[in-house]
Amino acid sequence: MAAPRAALIRTFVAALLLPLMIAGIATASQSATLDSVRARGVLACGVNTGLAGFSAPGDKGEWTGLDADFCRAVAAAVLKDASKVRFVPLNAKERFTALQSGEVDLLARNTTWTMSRDTSLGLNFPGVLYYDGQAFMVRKGSFAKSVADLNGASICVQTGTTNELNVADYFSTKGMTFRPVVFERLVEVLAAYISGRCDAFTTDSSQLISERTRLPDPSGHEVLPELISKEPLGPAVRQGDAGWANIVRWTLYALVNAEEYGITKANVAEMSLSPNPEVRRLLGFEGDYGRGMGLDNDWALEAIKAVGNYGEVFERNLGQGSPLKIARGRNALWKDGGLMYAPPVR
Amino acid sequence: MEGIAAKARLLVQTLVQTWRNPKAWVDAAYDPRTRAAVFQALLLLALIFFAYEVVSNTAANLKKQNIASGFGFLNRAAGFEISQTLVSYSSKSSYVAAFMVGLTNTLLVSFAGIVLATLLGFMIGVARLSPNWLVAKLALTYVEIVRNVPLLLQLLVWYVAVLRALPLPQQSLALGAGSFVDVRGLHLPRLIFQSGILPVLIALLMGAAGALYLRSLAARKKLETGETTPIVARSAGLILGLPLLALIVGGFPSLDFPRLGLYNFEGGLTIEPEFMALLLGLTIYTASFIAEIVRSGISGVSRGQWEAANALGLARGDTLRLVIIPQAMRIIIPPLTNQYLNLTKNSSLAVAIGYPDLVSVFSGTVLIKQGKPWRSS
Repeated sequence: MAAPRAALIRTFVAALLLPLMIAGIATASQSATLDSVRARGVLACGVNTGLAGFSAPGDKGEWTGLDADFCRAVAAAVLKDASKVRFVPLNAKERFTALQSGEVDLLARNTTWTMSRDTSLGLNFPGVLYYDGQAFMVRKGSFAKSVADLNGASICVQTGTTNELNVADYFSTKGMTFRPVVFERLVEVLAAYISGRCDAFTTDSSQLISERTRLPDPSGHEVLPELISKEPLGPAVRQGDAGWANIVRWTLYALVNAEEYGITKANVAEMSLSPNPEVRRLLGFEGDYGRGMGLDNDWALEAIKAVGNYGEVFERNLGQGSPLKIARGRNALWKDGGLMYAPPVR
Repeated sequence: MEGIAAKARLLVQTLVQTWRNPKAWVDAAYDPRTRAAVFQALLLLALIFFAYEVVSNTAANLKKQNIASGFGFLNRAAGFEISQTLVSYSSKSSYVAAFMVGLTNTLLVSFAGIVLATLLGFMIGVARLSPNWLVAKLALTYVEIVRNVPLLLQLLVWYVAVLRALPLPQQSLALGAGSFVDVRGLHLPRLIFQSGILPVLIALLMGAAGALYLRSLAARKKLETGETTPIVARSAGLILGLPLLALIVGGFPSLDFPRLGLYNFEGGLTIEPEFMALLLGLTIYTASFIAEIVRSGISGVSRGQWEAANALGLARGDTLRLVIIPQAMRIIIPPLTNQYLNLTKNSSLAVAIGYPDLVSVFSGTVLIKQGKPWRSS
């Protein structure tokens, strides 16, 4: 009798423990990156070495910009402290290797989401932070009033960029020719343009506007109206960690949803009184949405408290609150005619 | 190879012998030849293992990080334009074509640099030994300053401070004969041959070969009989006449003059400022080293040779040309070839000023295709 009884007890204990074990596995290892960020207590975020409006170091070494603020939002959502970010400045060549090799947890470095990068580099792009396009800058008084007038012109472009490929594609499909003047670094490209080595300077429109502020006479130059390419700039994470990709994706959506629901950095603290169920779910007063990602339910509240909603982040770094004065354009909310659209928190 | 084969044979023989006669094991173990063969075989095995480990580890790690390797990309379209192309190329050409463009650009600037640096270097080197105080000190100053300023800095000076300061195309400086210079480069008229340039070149080569033959005939005649044969007029006739004949048969070339278009000079031949800066920098820098090599070569020829030539009544120029330099060449040539190699390798500094040489066109491309992709935005 003893043996069967022991077996019975064992089965019983196992049956009791099994759900606990499964629950334990579920909460502890949803995301390897999340675990390592928590253990380290700081988020390693790859950013541009210096691009005004996106990520640029200030006088005291503090980073400002859209990408820098996105890093802070993720840090706030995960670690409840927006200052727990280690910014890793990366040049264009190093950026993907740094992410692949685990040197950074998140790459927020005005990086275009393209198919080959998404599918064959071991990266994932959880969303779009800024809808950009490639544009051309010329001197005021130049013959060129549109890109179609640039037939035969010398064009300065940074080598190894999507821009270099786009401009070759664009001119060959239009049956036009141009003379490429290419350099490794953006400062060299800009210096060549200033000296008159080329008639036009091409890169992403936001970058052109940002670089124009560094010209000796910004008002003597204009950006031609057409965009010749789609450049959706977004954060990138390593492939194979879907849990971490979810956290980054929903932090971005939380900022966009916050703008849509009228939640701002200033009023987020009072939102616990809001009767709006969408607001209550997003900020974690109702439901268990943060837990699903292995975070606390106030993840979005922390992120918004740290940087504000998407509109605030945009205006502070790129829009009216910044020297760049870029209009929202296609980066406006979907209900204002833009492309920024976030799925509901349900 | 024979050495290896002989060693292997020896090893096998020893092994067979010792196998048949177990007592020979001990002898073999103490035979230095056997020991040497065994240790070398072991070392070879270790090297093979090491090479295998390096290759397989690299491959495994690249794969783990999702970085593609291999040469399959070479046949795909490159997708970018290159400013200076000696072979036909467009953005639809393959990566192989881009590689060839980079290679020919490197060869062009290296070859032109070697020729010019040699000419300039010889002149400065000889001037360094000139009895004229001013000439010798000027040459010394040139050598000491140019040799000790880093090449990259010199390139940037030429490119940024000199060539960037030139005016815009609309205010180009006219150099006469339909040539212009501006910040976009040097614009020259281009010769266009109706029936191609090849017949003219062949005629020129034939003329030169004929002139050389005449010269050797004259030299032999002088050795045998002491008579001097005038060959200058006949040589000139050959060198100029044959190409002229080819032109008369094939049609005279027309000149294509550069004209100012909407943005740039169209037509003609444009020498890009990046090429000019790189060529200037490489030539002037390398010439200072060549000058010192030439000087040391000439100083290395014994003083007696000068005195003997002097005693025979040769002028200084003739002494140099006929007696000293031929002997100095023995000393000059080995370090000179080193300078040629240095010049070619230094041409990779082209990256800094945007000249599309092999390194700047291809190392970027290779990096990109190895999975480190189009950068920026």
